[in-house]
Amino acid sequence: MAKTISQEFKKGLWEEIPPFRLVLGLCPVLAVTTTLENGVGMGLATTFVLVCANLLVSILRNVIPPKIRVPCFIIIIATFVILVELLMQAFAYGLFLNLGIFIPLIVVNCVVLGRAEAFASKNKIVPSLADGLGIGIGFTLSLGVLGALRESLGSGTILGNPVFGPNFQPFEFMVQAPGAFVALGLLLCIMNILGKK
Amino acid sequence: MGDYIVIIMGSIFINNIILAQYLGACPFVGTSKKMETATGMAGAVVFVLTLAGVITWVINTYFLVQLNIEFLRTIAFIMVIASLVQFVEMFLKKSIPALYAGLGIFLPLITTNCAVMGVTLLNVQDELSFVAAVITSIAYALGFGLALILFAGLRERIDLGRVPGPLKETSIGLVTAGMLAMAFMGFRGMV
Repeated sequence: MAKTISQEFKKGLWEEIPPFRLVLGLCPVLAVTTTLENGVGMGLATTFVLVCANLLVSILRNVIPPKIRVPCFIIIIATFVILVELLMQAFAYGLFLNLGIFIPLIVVNCVVLGRAEAFASKNKIVPSLADGLGIGIGFTLSLGVLGALRESLGSGTILGNPVFGPNFQPFEFMVQAPGAFVALGLLLCIMNILGKK
Repeated sequence: MGDYIVIIMGSIFINNIILAQYLGACPFVGTSKKMETATGMAGAVVFVLTLAGVITWVINTYFLVQLNIEFLRTIAFIMVIASLVQFVEMFLKKSIPALYAGLGIFLPLITTNCAVMGVTLLNVQDELSFVAAVITSIAYALGFGLALILFAGLRERIDLGRVPGPLKETSIGLVTAGMLAMAFMGFRGMV
């Protein structure tokens, strides 16, 4: 345990930022980032699940028998996903409709299970919380950047406000499936260039 | 009969699970570096997704809806899929060792494959009948296999070329996947 709490938190923001450094949890990254709002909404929902699941897994880490740990983690995660689903249905119905089946699919997001397995099941409560929060915020940032990029180029708006003036012809390509793959691939390339320095 | 053909063509080509619906992207990127792993994963997904489609439909219709506990759908489906994967693994190990040797290591990964969970949720959302749900599940699984194997072929070729440093591996892979998705968009004119 050489790392301090703040280091655990910070590594999620750059060193291990998903989905760029840890190529996990790609489905929501590709699917919901057609606008900035959806991207950030999805990121926050995932962060909530990550933090709560990390907390509970860390508390129960000495109780859960190692042989059946993965099913146990999945039940813990699924519980929080249902909670998020119901909360969003009640308080953010528009976002709930936009994200559709990708909210229940947080349960199979490899980032969440990956952190529970690789970190929270081996560490104390506070570092696990910091880890979950860091990775979650990193994930939200990535989704936000990708969402802003695709929304501005694909529809010419940011959060619904036009950004390029009236003569801008949107690249519809960017808000469709191929644009999602290409935009993520190019962002990954930029991250690789920045990471080398 | 005609309806089913439309479902099959639509699910394999037009609404391809990876390239149009964005489901199952992790194994798509993760297991496509070599053709053998891609075919193994594709086979395992076809197998599990078909079974999962059948079982989750039954559970949803006769259990969750009857008892008015649809809000537990997420947890019920993930448990079904996780235990199904375990069961299939044990069953294959005992009875068909040759198939197990081929699919073995890919089976546990399927639990967190969102294609499987996604298709079962889509079947419920679209309120499909039993036969339609089964056919849709098989067709989506075949579409997954098709896209994965095509993509693995492309990536093996790319490895032979000279790719600029920062674009290597996953990055160029995703751009290629974008091109493949564009090709699949061409199928939209079919129906």
